Amino acid sequence: MATHHSRPQFQRHFRRDDAHIPFTIDGTAYSGRRGDTVLVAIMSVTGQLRRSEFTSEPRAGFCLIGACQDCFVTLACGTRVRACTTPLEAHMAFTTRESGNE
Amino acid sequence: MNETASVVVVGAGPAGICAAKALVAAGLRPVVIDEGLRAGGQIYRRPLVDDGRSATDLYGSEAAKATRLHREFDALLPSIDYRPQTLVWNIADNQLHLTANGVHQRIGFQNLILTTGATDRVLPFPGWTLPGVYTLGAAQTALKAQGCTIGKRVVFLGSGPLLYLVAWQYVKAGGDVAAVLDTAPFAAKLNLLSAIRFDPRLVLTGMSYAARLVRRGVKLHYNVRPTGVDGSQHVEGLNFKSGAKTHSIACDAVAYGFALRAETQLADLAGCPFRFDDRDRTWLPATDDAGRTSCKGIYLAGDGSGIAGADAAEISGELAALAVIQDSGMAADPRRMSVLAGARRRKAKLRDILEKAFPFPQNWFDQIPGATTLCRCEEITVSSVIDTVHGNDLRELNRLKALSRAGMGRCQGRMCSAAMAEILASTQKLKLPEIGRLRAQAPIKPLPLSLHEAGS
Amino acid sequence: MTRRFSADVAIIGGGLVGSSAALALRLAGLSVILMDKGFCGAQASGVNYGGVRRQGRPMGQLPLSQRAHQIWPQLNALIGIDGEYQRSGHLKLARTPEDFAKLEHYAETVKSFGLDLELYTGAMAKARFPWLSGNIAGASLCPDDGQANPRLVSPAFAKAARDAGAIVLEHTAVHAAVHTNDGFALQAGADCEITCRFLINSAGAWANKIAAGFDEPAPLSRIYPSMVVTEPLAPRLPVSLGEEGGGFYCRQVTRGNYIMGGGRGYALADPDFSRPSTTAALSVMKRATTLFPHLAGAHVIRFWSGTEGQLPDNNPVIGPSGTTPGLFHAFGFCGAGFQVAPAVGAILCDLVTSGETATPIDAFSIERFRNMSSQHNEKKGTHNEMVE
Ligand SMILES: Cc1cc2nc3c(=O)[nH]c(=O)nc-3n(C[C@H](O)[C@H](O)[C@H](O)COP(=O)(O)OP(=O)(O)OC[C@H]3O[C@@H](n4cnc5c(N)ncnc54)[C@H](O)[C@@H]3O)c2cc1C
Ligand code: FES
Repeated sequence: MATHHSRPQFQRHFRRDDAHIPFTIDGTAYSGRRGDTVLVAIMSVTGQLRRSEFTSEPRAGFCLIGACQDCFVTLACGTRVRACTTPLEAHMAFTTRESGNE
Repeated sequence: MNETASVVVVGAGPAGICAAKALVAAGLRPVVIDEGLRAGGQIYRRPLVDDGRSATDLYGSEAAKATRLHREFDALLPSIDYRPQTLVWNIADNQLHLTANGVHQRIGFQNLILTTGATDRVLPFPGWTLPGVYTLGAAQTALKAQGCTIGKRVVFLGSGPLLYLVAWQYVKAGGDVAAVLDTAPFAAKLNLLSAIRFDPRLVLTGMSYAARLVRRGVKLHYNVRPTGVDGSQHVEGLNFKSGAKTHSIACDAVAYGFALRAETQLADLAGCPFRFDDRDRTWLPATDDAGRTSCKGIYLAGDGSGIAGADAAEISGELAALAVIQDSGMAADPRRMSVLAGARRRKAKLRDILEKAFPFPQNWFDQIPGATTLCRCEEITVSSVIDTVHGNDLRELNRLKALSRAGMGRCQGRMCSAAMAEILASTQKLKLPEIGRLRAQAPIKPLPLSLHEAGS
Repeated sequence: MTRRFSADVAIIGGGLVGSSAALALRLAGLSVILMDKGFCGAQASGVNYGGVRRQGRPMGQLPLSQRAHQIWPQLNALIGIDGEYQRSGHLKLARTPEDFAKLEHYAETVKSFGLDLELYTGAMAKARFPWLSGNIAGASLCPDDGQANPRLVSPAFAKAARDAGAIVLEHTAVHAAVHTNDGFALQAGADCEITCRFLINSAGAWANKIAAGFDEPAPLSRIYPSMVVTEPLAPRLPVSLGEEGGGFYCRQVTRGNYIMGGGRGYALADPDFSRPSTTAALSVMKRATTLFPHLAGAHVIRFWSGTEGQLPDNNPVIGPSGTTPGLFHAFGFCGAGFQVAPAVGAILCDLVTSGETATPIDAFSIERFRNMSSQHNEKKGTHNEMVE
């Protein structure tokens, strides 16, 4: 389970006042900005994206250009998206519980 | 159902854009495919939405070039078949396999120009998988494309021209740069002096970043090796050695990298022969001066055929297009081709010098504890890889992958194969070219399982 | 400079068959040279699906398969690793009532072998295996069948043989083998000459050249089963699963990746390397999303395929040469040799050391092809055999 209440990792320097785009992580409401990728939206409000599969380490992406594949996150509907190359859309609901685990 | 194109360009960075432009000028209508949302490639990446920054804010000294390339690309749009957000994930039987939006498609081609660019070359160190540690390219992309810094207080670490540039960009954007840690000795920088005659502008702007950083009070250290990251959930500080001295710096983010590595998977799947490149310390697809491979109809340009930078990518992109034009029996200006080839050779010489000024940290693994993660996808440690090498007397990289699992994960070895190669070679006292190279496998990036054929 | 070797037994081909024979022969006290043209266990034995299954095999193979079933749980003692072997169960699915009738008939036929097959109608199967979806007419479970990791098991057998004293020569292709007065003389690699009393041909998809050299060609063709693997996912699929007819098979490894296969790839210009076919991979992926809706959001990270020998009657060649005393063949496992291979190694050891084996292998004699015309050589297997 992600400690998504931990402090934001990324700092916004531009677009701070751009339109807010609402999304949720495990049901908690947050907002990103118009023009955010999923990774930036999440990392601007929390300290991690996911836990690694084999050692449960926190992970937060690494390359930001779609190469390292470290940033996959799961939507509540079960779809997995690569956070750094996926634009944020309003009302995306992310879950940090593995899909198919229940 | 499958279409066949006379020319396909993969990649819409500087190389791809210049290739497309030359093809259009010759009356061809290339298909231009790029995985990104907007053309420009990595260096001239455009924000998803306008955020009020000018081209100079975004691209600094390269603003004029960026603006020109973007404008040229936009002007090409009516004359090309542009497919953004489309991943080429396999090449087989003269067909490209693509996905866009979860739909699978094939395109046949007569000619193919691969300009697939590069990604950061990274090496493991203790703590490099913690949230807050990013590649240099990531730090730059966060700022350029998203207007964010990767943390409040950032340490820049590594070797390569990007190190000082990105640190300076962070300072300029109002970020707090805790230090710049160069893994090379200061003396290496003196090599830059001999590069001045090849490209005075580039060298002088490059050197000015260090000076400007110092003026803003940023500490520079040379000859650095990181020894660990503080923090268990995210970065709280970085410990390092500079020569014999140990230091620690409080920070909440680290950006690091050692220049770039070419993205060569598609050339490999297309069957292009590779050669070992001493300077890039890796295998690269073999081409002639104009970018021709020995596979009929397949051409390479840009960093995907060897790291040479954005200006060289423009040159090699145009050259590859002219080669396509020439080989298709149309008129290509031979004088233009030889001018470009000459310019390309000069850029290569410049790269040789830059490599001396920003050298790869050859003895990196002398100081890396065995418990450090080597493969971030499969979470395989350095010591387990070394044990696998010893236990099986391994001498070949694919074999090491098979027996250790390093390189078998989602990234297909992009983030660990350079390190694996260095470790295998040094453990067995072999030279890098002797241990082979990881074979590319389709799909070159993860594909949705629910992918379906167009029309079905 | 020529390197000369001499041993009781020379083995051509360091796949799981050749390596397990090498280990068994060493343990029986014979001197052994094991040669492979590449790395041991890097071809079919190292890249297969990893099914360790008896269910679905033709009757004639079951004694052999049962013998292998006794060996698999002993991997730790034999080769120092468990090879991720687990008796997870093997579930065979029938899409249609006709296919289910086949499963019922099979269960009846093999009753005496004690596979303890459990039959389920479609509805029962979905109740018992709630992760299953799609059109299922019925299923048959073999609870003690299972799976293992070929990438680890096969090279480990070669390593264990070497640790036990076998001479293992990798990247050493055998190019000539002749019968002499007191055995065989071989030439291999750039500079090796080998003499031996017994010769084992376990050269997989490449074995026919050796057999033909001793005047007994077999109608061996090649197949390239096509495989797909997903990213690691939460554990959900406890059994290894295959569909009647062979179009789809799938297992989830302990680390979470789903490995799935079906259809055929093709050879590259260098026939030692093959590629999975995209068409096959896409159809496998489609079937997976139908059977396992919980995978709808998952990603696949790699395709691969390997090179396997196929014979027209879907049975391997195992046993003594019909032309040359002291020569033994073991090849052509038609996509299902991983499970039986350790037993084949043991049988080859029986044959070398005592000239006979308690396991019935007459049906696998190379002599059955003696009168076959050579046109079969060219014919590819047309039916979709069961590869798992
Ligand atoms: C993160 C990063 C930051 C950099 N920053 C700087 C900098 O500040 N200054 C500098 O001088 N140099 C920088 N470089 C180097 C510079 O980007 C390159 O030298 C230059 O862009 C090379 O141009 P290219 O056209 O070869 O590659 P790119 O610009 O990378 O273009 C390649 C394009 O191909 C696309 N592509 C690749 N594979 C596929 C596929 N399979 N299917 C579809 N599309 C595909 C990619 O999406 C990409 O858009 C940076 C490089 C990186 C990776
Ligand atoms: S952060 Fe590397 S792929 Fe997204």
